[in-house]
Amino acid sequence: MIRKRLGRHTVKLDNPVYIASAASTAGKKESEGPLGEFFDITLGDDKFGESTWEKAESRIVAENMQLAIKKASMTASDIDYCITGDLLNQITASVFGIKEINIPFVGVYGACSTMGEAMGLGAMLIDGGFAENVLVGASSHFCAAEKQFRAPLGMGSQRPPTSTWTTTGDGAVVLTKNGNDGMPFITEVLTGDIVDMNIKDPNNMGAAMAPAAAELMTAYFKETKREPEYFDVIATGDLGYTGKTLVTELLASEGWALDSRYTDCGIEIFDKDSQDTHSGGSGCACSALVFTAKFYKLLAEGKIKKMLFMPTGALMSPTSSQQGESIPGIAHGVVIESRCCNGHI
Amino acid sequence: MDIFKAFWVGGIICVIGQILIDKTKLQPGRILVMYVCIGCVLGALGLYKPLVDYAGAGATVPLTGFGYNLAKGVIEEVDSSGFLGIFTGGLKAAAGGISGAVAFSWLAAVFFNPKEK
Amino acid sequence: MNQSEKIKKQMEYSHMVQKASPDSPIIMDCVKAFVSGGIICSIGQMLRNYFTGQGLSQDDTGLAVSLILIAASVLLTGLGLFGKIGKFCGAGTIVPITGFANSVASPAIEFKKEGWVFGLGAKMFQVAGPVIVYGTVTSIFVGIIYYLAKLVM
Repeated sequence: MIRKRLGRHTVKLDNPVYIASAASTAGKKESEGPLGEFFDITLGDDKFGESTWEKAESRIVAENMQLAIKKASMTASDIDYCITGDLLNQITASVFGIKEINIPFVGVYGACSTMGEAMGLGAMLIDGGFAENVLVGASSHFCAAEKQFRAPLGMGSQRPPTSTWTTTGDGAVVLTKNGNDGMPFITEVLTGDIVDMNIKDPNNMGAAMAPAAAELMTAYFKETKREPEYFDVIATGDLGYTGKTLVTELLASEGWALDSRYTDCGIEIFDKDSQDTHSGGSGCACSALVFTAKFYKLLAEGKIKKMLFMPTGALMSPTSSQQGESIPGIAHGVVIESRCCNGHI
Repeated sequence: MDIFKAFWVGGIICVIGQILIDKTKLQPGRILVMYVCIGCVLGALGLYKPLVDYAGAGATVPLTGFGYNLAKGVIEEVDSSGFLGIFTGGLKAAAGGISGAVAFSWLAAVFFNPKEK
Repeated sequence: MNQSEKIKKQMEYSHMVQKASPDSPIIMDCVKAFVSGGIICSIGQMLRNYFTGQGLSQDDTGLAVSLILIAASVLLTGLGLFGKIGKFCGAGTIVPITGFANSVASPAIEFKKEGWVFGLGAKMFQVAGPVIVYGTVTSIFVGIIYYLAKLVM
């Protein structure tokens, strides 16, 4: 086996890959949620001064990426690669957002797991010696995604209780080889298998993705001989309440108790009762925003020492869904640690 | 009195649709298609007319009424113009509703922009 | 993992999902659908009574009632209110002709940005198209059967 591989799903980096900065730009509804005060930029309306929602998402990407670079005290020419993705057909939100910034671009698609996939790839590029600084991010837009995947917004239909609400916004981080102890850093990268448990209900994405997260977590614990207790926080992608319940049960059936260290980004981003978001938030931006606005800060302050961040995605398209295919799930994880402020808390 | 009849019959027809939505996870579009076809078949069998006579708008306003109209139209047209009526009767009877929906929606698209939720 | 094991695992998971997924509040949904659907039909009946009083024929009355309800529904869709009403009423607004009108107007407005011809013009029938297609096909079947029945009798 190759030296850096701990198993089928886990890669251990030789050197820490530091997260130099994190930037978050969030939509109006997100800014009214529990994390509202932590976002760097919040939109007054979801058009962001543009003529279409798709253009608005690209502008969110462009501004947030530039903010992440600025917060890392760098310029675009310092960045070796930009790795991003989104939910729109052929990841056009990323493409039109990044095209003016002139950084070698790697487009990725992992549905709502994109942030984890991009962070993992970026960290491996740096640890492999192919790059010094990598900009990664993920975005989504409620209106644009709804239009593509579901029904027009003006249609008067009801959302079942298991449905999730696509998050509007962009989360981006700058990964670097040359960091310091004040910065959180990535130590391991986890890549999941595509897991298909034959869930077909597009209004229950949490159930479709939960097995992917559970399998990757189980595989990780086996490959590293670690236990959930190793982490202060385990945060999955956008499974929402239904999916979180399922992951907890699936892990329990394998003999692992996740307890209160386990949370889900879909639950963190909205207030279910006052914001009428049913099972919670979803979309690429969901885990990206929760990480950049909440967990990054807690890691940087040393309030979290070790976390497993595992965004999840539902790998379906409107066409596959219409043709009666099931919804396969995927999970991408990164282990992030912090050395900050030892003994000061 | 006829308003009360329209209320409860129309209400019941909607409740059936609601149960289908909640229990079968059918998308609303499929429910609409189903309702039109069912209305058309019931109309052809002569089963929907008594409901229209009893409940008035309670039976004509739901989409089953639209289907009933198609059946009624095609039968009348076959009676009056024979074989070719098969092809003209249905849409002729539905023409007003379809043209109205298309024209009003086109106008709405000219004047309105999509709103966020 | 062989096929039967896989299916067994999927079945077990599907039970877990059913247990973990909250059901739609069906009783409350039905009450809302009953009342709102009933109200729309009552409005239809009032209009019917009015037009019949004005001396319109039965067919013309039906068309006039439909057109008014369609126009109202399209206007509410344009103002962005239909989505909110529909979320509350469920089938109560979908099943009446108002739902049909909403399904024409909402994609028309939303896909305007993709152009007047292939955006608005084509997408307008995203949901209404199938309704018209299957309605027409059913009516033609009805016509053929009726025509043949007449020949035989």
